[in-house]
Amino acid sequence: MFDKPPTMKHADNSKSTVGHSPPRKDGPDKVTGRARYLDDLAFPGQLWGRTVRSQVPHGRIRSIEFDPRFDWSGIVRVTAADIPGDNIVQLIEDDQPMLAHDMVKHREEPIALLACADRERLEEALLHVDVKIDPLPPVLDLLLSTHVFKSYRIEAGDIKPAFADSSLRVVEGIYRVGHQEQMYIEPNAICAVPREDFGVTIYGSMQCPFYIHRGLQRLLKINDSQIAVIQVVTGGGFGGKEDYPTVLAGHAALLARKAGKPVKMIYKREEDVAATTKRHPAVLRYRTAVKPDGEFVACEIDVVMDGGAYVTLSPVVASRGVLHASGAYRWPHARIDCRVVQTHTPPNGAFRGFGVPQTLFGCEAHVEKIALELGLDPLLVRRKNALVVGDVMPTGQRLTESVSALPVLEAVAARSGYAAKREAAMEAARLPAGSARARKRRGIGLSLALHGAGFTGSGEAHLKSRAGLELTASGARVLSASTDIGQGTITVFSQLAAEALGVPLSMIEVAVNDTSRVPDSGPTVASRTTMVVGGTIARAAEAMARVLQGYVAQTHAVPAGEVCCVGGIFAARGRSLAPFESIARRYLDERGPLVCIEQYELPPGVQWDDAAYRGSAYPCYAWAATAVELEVDLDTYEIKLLDLVTASEFGKAIHPVLAEGQIEGGTVQALGYALLEEHIYVDGRLLNTRMQNYIIPTALDVPPMTTLILENPYSRGPHGAKGLGELPMDGPAPAVAAAVLSAIGKLIPDLPISPERVMKALHAA
Amino acid sequence: MIPVTSVKTLPEAYALLQARPPGLRVLAGGTDLMVAINARVGLDRIGHVLDIWNVRELRGIALQDNFLRIGALTTYTEIIHSTLVNTQLPALAAVSREVGAWAIQNRGTLGGNVCNASPAGDTLPLLLAADARFLLGGPRGERTVVAEEFFLAYRKTALGADELLLRVDFPLPDAARLAYRKVGTRRAQSISKTLIAVRATPGLREVRIAAGCVAPIPLRCRRAEQAAMSGGDVRAALQLDISPINDIRSTIEYRRLVSANVLLQLLKNMGTPYSLPGRP
Repeated sequence: MFDKPPTMKHADNSKSTVGHSPPRKDGPDKVTGRARYLDDLAFPGQLWGRTVRSQVPHGRIRSIEFDPRFDWSGIVRVTAADIPGDNIVQLIEDDQPMLAHDMVKHREEPIALLACADRERLEEALLHVDVKIDPLPPVLDLLLSTHVFKSYRIEAGDIKPAFADSSLRVVEGIYRVGHQEQMYIEPNAICAVPREDFGVTIYGSMQCPFYIHRGLQRLLKINDSQIAVIQVVTGGGFGGKEDYPTVLAGHAALLARKAGKPVKMIYKREEDVAATTKRHPAVLRYRTAVKPDGEFVACEIDVVMDGGAYVTLSPVVASRGVLHASGAYRWPHARIDCRVVQTHTPPNGAFRGFGVPQTLFGCEAHVEKIALELGLDPLLVRRKNALVVGDVMPTGQRLTESVSALPVLEAVAARSGYAAKREAAMEAARLPAGSARARKRRGIGLSLALHGAGFTGSGEAHLKSRAGLELTASGARVLSASTDIGQGTITVFSQLAAEALGVPLSMIEVAVNDTSRVPDSGPTVASRTTMVVGGTIARAAEAMARVLQGYVAQTHAVPAGEVCCVGGIFAARGRSLAPFESIARRYLDERGPLVCIEQYELPPGVQWDDAAYRGSAYPCYAWAATAVELEVDLDTYEIKLLDLVTASEFGKAIHPVLAEGQIEGGTVQALGYALLEEHIYVDGRLLNTRMQNYIIPTALDVPPMTTLILENPYSRGPHGAKGLGELPMDGPAPAVAAAVLSAIGKLIPDLPISPERVMKALHAA
Repeated sequence: MIPVTSVKTLPEAYALLQARPPGLRVLAGGTDLMVAINARVGLDRIGHVLDIWNVRELRGIALQDNFLRIGALTTYTEIIHSTLVNTQLPALAAVSREVGAWAIQNRGTLGGNVCNASPAGDTLPLLLAADARFLLGGPRGERTVVAEEFFLAYRKTALGADELLLRVDFPLPDAARLAYRKVGTRRAQSISKTLIAVRATPGLREVRIAAGCVAPIPLRCRRAEQAAMSGGDVRAALQLDISPINDIRSTIEYRRLVSANVLLQLLKNMGTPYSLPGRP
């Protein structure tokens, strides 16, 4: 059935090596308040920056007037006319201006910038900028948009005969998901410091320092040596600090350049929620042909995503979405379409999961619908169709190793008591109406998810990520541009380097993330940091170990092949030779700096054809199943989560405690998506921009959680590791929908599954 | 800059109230006013702030003449931890636990909740159902207004421009029980979608019903009371009392149906002392 049975992993924090859970390196500073976030950093002479926005979802700018009666002394003003280079936010397409100058395409579009040392005066000044805009009709509904940013089609086999085959059952469904806000605890925050060489140094809260590094060169017409981007301690990202910090850094840099002083911009929560990127809303249509016993034959899937006003990352979000739309299942025949369209709303962008939570919700909710219409247990339907080694995905990718769809499914079904609980729910539903039925109904449901690790398709091949480490007098220093945004990068990289060098964790430090000093290891996104960058660092550390072993062999007159380093001591033939530090110091004195940098190479055989959209979209996949047990209150239609079990297989847990943290955190974020989080727009304006009215889960909304980690090593990942960060975001929402279906007999096809939607479903004719 | 006068005694407060500076706003715990100022909502209408937070005589909880008397500046936290409240009016302690977060409970006051007069004020339906009386005071003297006559229109109260709310008095009739259910947007730290409070005697001979978030004011539901006492159609009667709107938190349909469902359950369960929703 599967290549190798995965093994169950239990957390152990007694050791520092790979597979154990030493205390996180950034932990003490964070819990004692010593960690300094951007707001804590003082810059001499610094001004505060603010943004003048459109307030109109679509229109043509007629004029920008600065009230002549207002005292503008000490206030720096910037408009598009002040931009020395290209007025664009650099990403995939050059369509988004850094500051709008003729057209505005969403209500929060930046038009002018102000900076002042006094924050009160700055707020006052904002009220004295008069932007006149001739409004144009906005497109606010994704289904009404005719402007397609990007579309994809994946085809396998021939769906037509299947849908014409009268022995097959055709099941159709439409599913809808809305925006989701990342709600990182620290809002977007950047400080730009002007330099004597007319360049700029950027400090800030971010995921991808090199995005800013490259973007600002074009904006400011400066060269590579005139910019440095330094990530400071970052309070969460979840994708929300992938591309947006380029906008904020551009704004701060324009103000700083004009002012000749550092300019700090920290969004207020309301501004951050209203203006920055969110998860793409989507409408998903599924049409499937299945055998009466539940075996899948063909699927026709059509996904429309709302990209917002500009392209930003939409093509790659839609790409990852479409590539996961058929789920963790075998489909002999498939036609999967996806298009991402423009609306006059703030651009949507990266958010943990990156298109997959949307399409997997559609897919898994539809599996529930198939089971419902066929009168089958959804677990049996999943079991029958789940991918195993040797199966071919709709892109033509043959799965060769580390495939755990069935093991995670079975682990969750067993641990959650799925069969008995489902039977009990069905029994309760059979009670006649009007009998003394309980005011609460219980149900249980599950979902199956997969998540491709690393960049999609040829992404990693284009990136050519570089990372490595340098020898120091006390050990080694990791060099990469991958950011720790709370997920544990610093600790995991240190573990991988320490393991390869044979030294204690304490001898590894991680370089300040400064683009003028570290190699470009690519953006911190796409569940790629451990597998891709971590693997590259491990290889660099192995290279460094070889150099030092050779050096020790020479200096101690032993055969190079017999030198090893264990616990920070070089030894040969069971005899200790010298501590790592003394060898490092000697090496540095005698031979000078030792820097080992490696470049990521795609595993052989991983090929992707962008034009035909065929091949290996990802080198490997991580797998997860989630079971949710809940209770629906028939008076208030509220849903109370009673229990949640997840099983995740992502190759190897380098640091099991951090991995569990990722799974628990991602699951809670996904439960918010499932039950609570909904953005309300009126005429392109977001109404709920505060934590008071954009409802994310509290600790009380979270059920007891059992987090199972299965290991099934991937041959090309460091110690077998694949990607994990996004996987937990994918499965919980459809598991909740399945559990609600089990409790009340209605499949709610839209997220969030709010009490209002439950009420409607129960009272629909 | 908004001028602020901080006082420690009622006479000091009354002196400023008598002077009536334009745009005077009273600051108690600040959990509404400071949020509004931070969000720059209605800033131009705030001309002067009278800070009464340190007026000690407005704090405290006492049992007197079969009334539970709670000073206007008593915080939710004080109510939650008060033995008197937990024995005499446990529903008030329970609803206070459901207001905001701990930080809000530490600063927010019962009087502030009353004077802010939001239709979503969580304690207000309980005050209406409990037949609470408000002692108001100012330079012209003191007077008592019953809860039902205090809330006049959306965020408009019977409080005079030169008056402060001093105390809230709850009668404690024998055999009557007070219960409520809050339905919020999540299980903690949420603003209500609807909140129903009921005070009833055994056999529903005397019933008082009030609701929050379903009308411009915290609302006493007289038609529903009549129906409950006469064995009539409570569900239909409640629909005539309330006039909910669609807003950021919920819909008209949901508020109508759920308010009625919750009320029927509360009436049915009047045998139990009070419900404690939202707690595991």
